[in-house]
Amino acid sequence: MKRKQKKVLIRIILSAVMLVALKIFAPEEGWIAALLYAVPYAVIGYDVIFKAARNIAHGQVFDENFLMMIATVGAFATGEYTEAAAVMLFYQVGELFQSVAVGKSRKSISALMDIRPDHANIEVDGKLIETDPEEVSVGDEIIIKPGERIPLDGVVLEGEGSVDTSALTGESLPRTVRAGDDVVSGCIDQTGLLRVRVTKQFGESTVARILDLVENSASKKAKAENFITRFARVYTPAVCFAALALAVIPPIFVGGWLTWLHRALIFLVISCPCALVISVPLSFFGGIGGAGRQGILVKGGSYLEVLSRTGTVVFDKTGTLTRGVFNVTAVHPKEISEATLIRLAAYAESYSTHPIANSILDALNQEPDRTRISSCEELSGRGVKAVIDGEEVCVGNDKLMEQIGVKWHPCHHVGTTVHVAVNGRYAGHIVISDELKDTSKEAIEHLRAQGVSRTVMLTGDSKAVGEDTAKRLGMDEVYSELLPAGKVEKVEELLERKDPKSALVFVGDGINDAPVLSRADIGIAMGAMGSDAAIEAADIVLMDDDPAKIALALSISRRTLRIVRENIVFALGVKAAVLILGAFGLASMWAAVFADVGVSVIAILNAMRCLHSGRRN
Amino acid sequence: MKKTFKLDELDCANCGAKMENAIKKIDGVKDCTVSFMTQKLTLEADDDKFDQVLAQAVKVCRKIEPDCEIVIK
Repeated sequence: MKRKQKKVLIRIILSAVMLVALKIFAPEEGWIAALLYAVPYAVIGYDVIFKAARNIAHGQVFDENFLMMIATVGAFATGEYTEAAAVMLFYQVGELFQSVAVGKSRKSISALMDIRPDHANIEVDGKLIETDPEEVSVGDEIIIKPGERIPLDGVVLEGEGSVDTSALTGESLPRTVRAGDDVVSGCIDQTGLLRVRVTKQFGESTVARILDLVENSASKKAKAENFITRFARVYTPAVCFAALALAVIPPIFVGGWLTWLHRALIFLVISCPCALVISVPLSFFGGIGGAGRQGILVKGGSYLEVLSRTGTVVFDKTGTLTRGVFNVTAVHPKEISEATLIRLAAYAESYSTHPIANSILDALNQEPDRTRISSCEELSGRGVKAVIDGEEVCVGNDKLMEQIGVKWHPCHHVGTTVHVAVNGRYAGHIVISDELKDTSKEAIEHLRAQGVSRTVMLTGDSKAVGEDTAKRLGMDEVYSELLPAGKVEKVEELLERKDPKSALVFVGDGINDAPVLSRADIGIAMGAMGSDAAIEAADIVLMDDDPAKIALALSISRRTLRIVRENIVFALGVKAAVLILGAFGLASMWAAVFADVGVSVIAILNAMRCLHSGRRN
Repeated sequence: MKKTFKLDELDCANCGAKMENAIKKIDGVKDCTVSFMTQKLTLEADDDKFDQVLAQAVKVCRKIEPDCEIVIK
């Protein structure tokens, strides 16, 4: 509790004790009673009255201090001394509770995002010196000790350690880094001393960009948030005028000025819009914080709102649903062993830089002995022809086989087929394809379970590969052989076709997808650790490249929106009920104070549930 | 130019909303958001008028909620 809050607490206790004492010993009516009850009233309410007076001087009429003052002074004037003091007391208790609750939630949300490193160690004359990360420049060498947060993005020069990336990705399994690996700021080095060469200044490092993004997320307000602020602007004056009307109009016809005045005062107490104004942004803030803990960065409350209406999810294939790394997935030799087939192909491709050549060389898993290759010729668009141990080896596609007149047969496996021929005889083929990510299938299933009616895949890959991948994942539609511009066109077409009330989400790895990311209702970029373009273009950024996080983000957004709606309905409902009851003289001023601060506190507590959204059991 | 300032002692959400509206009405302000949760003011205004606008924003803020202060670094 802050000092200011402690002071209020002391005043609350003091005036509560006084009130109880007065209730027992003092008279209920008369000027002595008025004088006596004025003491606890002053103790608990002096600041409210002071602020009310000051704000009126500034031309702020409908502020809550003023409303509370009018209501309690009015109660005093109508002879309800106990009520006046007690209502003020109750109000202050509510306010205190509210400020403590908001402070707590603010703290727990900012603790989630507490990834700012406080120092960087640099070596000067053999000694380690702690400096501000902002003062370290690109190319400098820094030392990271076990247990420390990595202050800047860089490359490991020396040392080995396991790095905890959970603050950024929500992934609890640590990652092992060695010399030559990139490290990302904000992660924690758990074991081992690392010597790192800095590759980015602090302002451009991952940690600074993420913090910037999170801090600015509050400025992109959701529609519900704007609605509630607009509503509040109308609500307070409207209730105040209703109070005035209630105090003046009915008594003209039925009399009983005091009764109607008292009912009007109840209106004034309820007219404060704080519960709404506070709980809606708090819910969104909690939702963004809870998502952040899972490694899902949401750039603003408005995106959570749109995401919750998702009806169509469009995926890019390579790098999003698949690993984006090509691997040998099948080896079908003819008359020779599998190992021999791989070796022949790898040797022939050993001078090539093509990604397919790389994956075959990876499958060989050893450095080829280049002295055994006596000649090598690259045949563009077809393959290679090499002489290995005196034998002519041709490695390539169908066209190459046709050209050299070798009879080949197609493979039932989907992917890129590489044929091998030795001395003009067919020796078999190798199939190379991109692997699905482990969680891709689960991701699609979860999305469907959450009511996403259409999942679409866009790919630049061949029709056969695209359709096979989509079938294995159980996706609804697939569009293949698309160029980047074609992807934008397809997304625009899908945008036109969808139900206007539902939203279209595009998920990509962010490398070539920037235009599509910004065209979709919501653009989600994956694997953003280190990619500037992705963070810029997307509305939601997944820190790691796990597609299952999309369904998680969706469920967090739905839950947040449900809590927002609950709060709006609850706060307005209670206020409306107390207003109606109050108008007929069925609600006391106590009920009115509850409808004001009590509802605020409950709404805040409810909003805090957003923070725990998406936590896995 | 867009700058973010910390708000000290912003205790009531409704005051934040009122401040945001009032600052938006200042001449030269392109956009402004007051976040009660992060206790931050984001102000976007024309480059040449920025200091002038900021001074006015401070004044407006003091008028609405005298306890709350825009921290200018």
